[in-house]
Amino acid sequence: MHIVDRRLNPGGKSLPNRQRFLRRVKDVAQRAVRESAREKDIKDLGKDGRVTVPADGVREPRFSRQPGTGLQDHILPGNKTYVEGDTIERPPGGGGGRGSGEGGEGGENSEDAFRFVLTREEFLELFLEDLELPDLAKRRLAVVETEGLRRAGYTVTGSPANLALTRTLRNSMSRRIALKRPKPEEVAALEAQLAGMRDSDPGRPDVERALLKLRERAKRIPYVDPIDLRFRRFEPYPRPIAQAVMFCLMDVSGSMTEHMKDLAKRFYILLHIFLTRRYRHVEIVFIRHTDRATEVDEETFFGSRETGGTLVSSALVEMKRVIAERYDPNDWNIYAAQASDGDNVSSDGPTSTELLRAHILPACQHFAYLEVGDENGPRAGFVEHRTTLWRTYEAIAKAGGPIAMRKVNHRREIYPVFRELFGRKDARAEAEA
Amino acid sequence: MTSVKPRTPQTISGGQKPLFTGNDWDFDTIRRIHDACEGIAGPELGLSWYPNQIEIITAEQMLDAYASIGMPLFYKHWSFGKHFAQHEAGYRRGLMGLAYEIVINSDPCISYVMEENTATMQTLVIAHAAFGHNHFFKNNYLFRQWTDAEGILDYLDFAKSFIARCEERYGHQAVEQVLDAAHALMSQGVHRYPRKKRPDLASEQRRERERVEHGEQIYNDLWRTLPQKTGAVRSDAAAERRKALLELPQENILYFLEKVAPRLRPWQREILRIVRLVAQYFYPQRQTKVMNEGCATYSHYRIMNSLSEKGLITEAAYLEFLQSHTNVIRQPTYDDRSYGGHNPYAIGFAMMQDIARIVEQPTQEDRAWFPDIAGTGDAMAVLRDCWANYRDESFIQQFLSPKLMRDLRLFHVVDDPDEPELRVEAIHDERGYRKMRRSFARQYDVAWLDPDIEVVDVDLEGDRRLILHHKALNKITLQKDDAKRVLQHLADLWGYDVVLKEVEPATGTVLGEISASARPIFF
Repeated sequence: MHIVDRRLNPGGKSLPNRQRFLRRVKDVAQRAVRESAREKDIKDLGKDGRVTVPADGVREPRFSRQPGTGLQDHILPGNKTYVEGDTIERPPGGGGGRGSGEGGEGGENSEDAFRFVLTREEFLELFLEDLELPDLAKRRLAVVETEGLRRAGYTVTGSPANLALTRTLRNSMSRRIALKRPKPEEVAALEAQLAGMRDSDPGRPDVERALLKLRERAKRIPYVDPIDLRFRRFEPYPRPIAQAVMFCLMDVSGSMTEHMKDLAKRFYILLHIFLTRRYRHVEIVFIRHTDRATEVDEETFFGSRETGGTLVSSALVEMKRVIAERYDPNDWNIYAAQASDGDNVSSDGPTSTELLRAHILPACQHFAYLEVGDENGPRAGFVEHRTTLWRTYEAIAKAGGPIAMRKVNHRREIYPVFRELFGRKDARAEAEA
Repeated sequence: MTSVKPRTPQTISGGQKPLFTGNDWDFDTIRRIHDACEGIAGPELGLSWYPNQIEIITAEQMLDAYASIGMPLFYKHWSFGKHFAQHEAGYRRGLMGLAYEIVINSDPCISYVMEENTATMQTLVIAHAAFGHNHFFKNNYLFRQWTDAEGILDYLDFAKSFIARCEERYGHQAVEQVLDAAHALMSQGVHRYPRKKRPDLASEQRRERERVEHGEQIYNDLWRTLPQKTGAVRSDAAAERRKALLELPQENILYFLEKVAPRLRPWQREILRIVRLVAQYFYPQRQTKVMNEGCATYSHYRIMNSLSEKGLITEAAYLEFLQSHTNVIRQPTYDDRSYGGHNPYAIGFAMMQDIARIVEQPTQEDRAWFPDIAGTGDAMAVLRDCWANYRDESFIQQFLSPKLMRDLRLFHVVDDPDEPELRVEAIHDERGYRKMRRSFARQYDVAWLDPDIEVVDVDLEGDRRLILHHKALNKITLQKDDAKRVLQHLADLWGYDVVLKEVEPATGTVLGEISASARPIFF
């Protein structure tokens, strides 16, 4: 007889099966996932990964007999009143009645949808498929490394705080054993022997001498010697940055409607989900502006209204200040997303351009500009109107600045636009081809 | 089999040290439990078994095992992932408990036990699976004839790596399509009778020679004078010959496709073969559900009682055992809300108990009904003989006693769609016993339960349309939706058109017809 402990084997043996299953239902699952991005409150996105798949796609057909056709026999336990020849009224819901094991299912009613739960990982995987952070590779080579400290064995010198106690005492013990340092018990035994002797005992001087010898030896061989000391050693090593900061810039002047803010919010949240997938630590900075810009918390950012003109450069100045103060581009991957209805004081154009070109864009991994429009979209028949800000940024983009810009009118466009901005280059090329 | 001693519980007094106290166990406990059970299963019950291998697994691994039909190494397929998701959802919502054990018909016999089980449950599981099921696997004729316990693990290993290699080479999708199609036909992928061996050349020649010799011996010139039958030679001789060459009619559709389908590539044939052999391996288990569980349940019942009599398990443990034992063998009546058909554990255990009673303390009725076994005195010998030589259908047909039918209060209802009401055909009385026993046994005849579908003809030189017949027993037709889908899979594998006719066997009337054309997905 053998006993084998299989618990040591990693579980998840059916993980490949699950992956195959997900691949099978991928289209449906992906549709469901994107649906939820569109319709659900975006705060809960990815929390509840329940996905319902129509049973059709995962049906495993077999030849089986149609219940309710032909002559059927049932043997049932627990007869109480029936005798041979009795007739029983046909129970509603089809033949067989109590043979519900076979009877109840089948027919059209069994076309029930198959429901299962995606893990957050799987959900986001489907959600963000084919997306990639732009220009990540290039930047990484240049700046994504910093110094860190890590443990690297032991050393004989160091600060007391780094004293490795166990290691030190182990050395001390082996030294004491090697040099035969008298044990406290031996000394105590001799002392006890001495105490039990009378002065006149003939053996007493020997014992006294032996005791003296032991005590001296114990004194000569210390319990802990400097030679025993060991300290934990740390060495520096290059550590890749795994942190990012996301700047949300938004125009909150009176011309921005609730609808526009909602669009912007959705875009920000998508970006946040995306960034948290790539970076262990993501911080968000909210900067809102009218003709003055302030850094605020999330609630104020989306919630409160302001009045005033629109001066985009003020937000850029504020962003530059925050970067200089807290987010050194050497340590942080910086992403910025700006949402606006496109209004700007025309005299502000050159200032903004200069700020972006000289300070903001060089510090950023990616700068996305999202122009949010009216729900009804550009009215038909009009030549497409280009806003002041759009023209400013377009000039920068044409000159080769790393800036991406899109226009969004409706909620359902957010996700496609997001995918367009971050879509993997080859995937996008394929889609266009 | 080892020699058999009659049970003498009175001679063994308690007072031995219990194997364990409390719920905790370790590997040493498991070993002691196994050895104690072995000491009862062998000398007292006369069981014989494959060497045991007991594997401890977690609940998650149990779910894993569930999902891939209980096999430790199985090839990968999405449907197992689907079952896992289903089971997991059920388990997490608390709708479903997990089985305490899964046992595999292999040599050595592998029993999976869960780490969450208490020491008592482990004892129960070991007595049930490692001795009860194990004995059944080793001794029942169906398993001996149709399964290869020694080779199954190696074969599954081969199957898994073969399918993985195919996936690498031909792509996931291509392999998945073949597997989907093969799974759909899985229950039509078993041989129900041993095939006849193809004669080799030597024996063919010998037979030919013997035939000639025989002809010479019985030669009588008189036969020459008989008038010859006039008229055309039978026109369907060609069709007959064609069918004979293809071994038609053939009910093992997967086998037929593997051997004959004109357009399959070798690796696709091999996959069909794998699915077919797995189906064949599980076929005896479907035929012996009641007996297998009955054997295991009766064995664990005897072993646990004996352990208790010897004082090897404490009273607390014995009560815990009784509690789960009675749960397992509960049979709700037909009007109970929890009724979901007959519980094979309940029927099996009740029949084993009943047989033991008939053997040891028969009544007049028993002597009349079971003259062969009534009062012979050695219950285990009779039971071992049953376990070795019957399957569910024949076992019930042979051994379901009037007393048990009365105890279970069985009755037989016929549902005829032409009648306005259901009719009680038989109940547990003198007139009904035999009729009911026959119908009850039939409900466990797998060949009777599975729709009877055969490949009847194909003209390989003509349009290659494959013709199948479903023998619609009692005019019960196939479920249309599913049948269409399965037929589509079948057509894809076959590569040409396929038609399935629903035929009433008695009259030969065609009740319906489904056809499908091949989609160009495999070729």
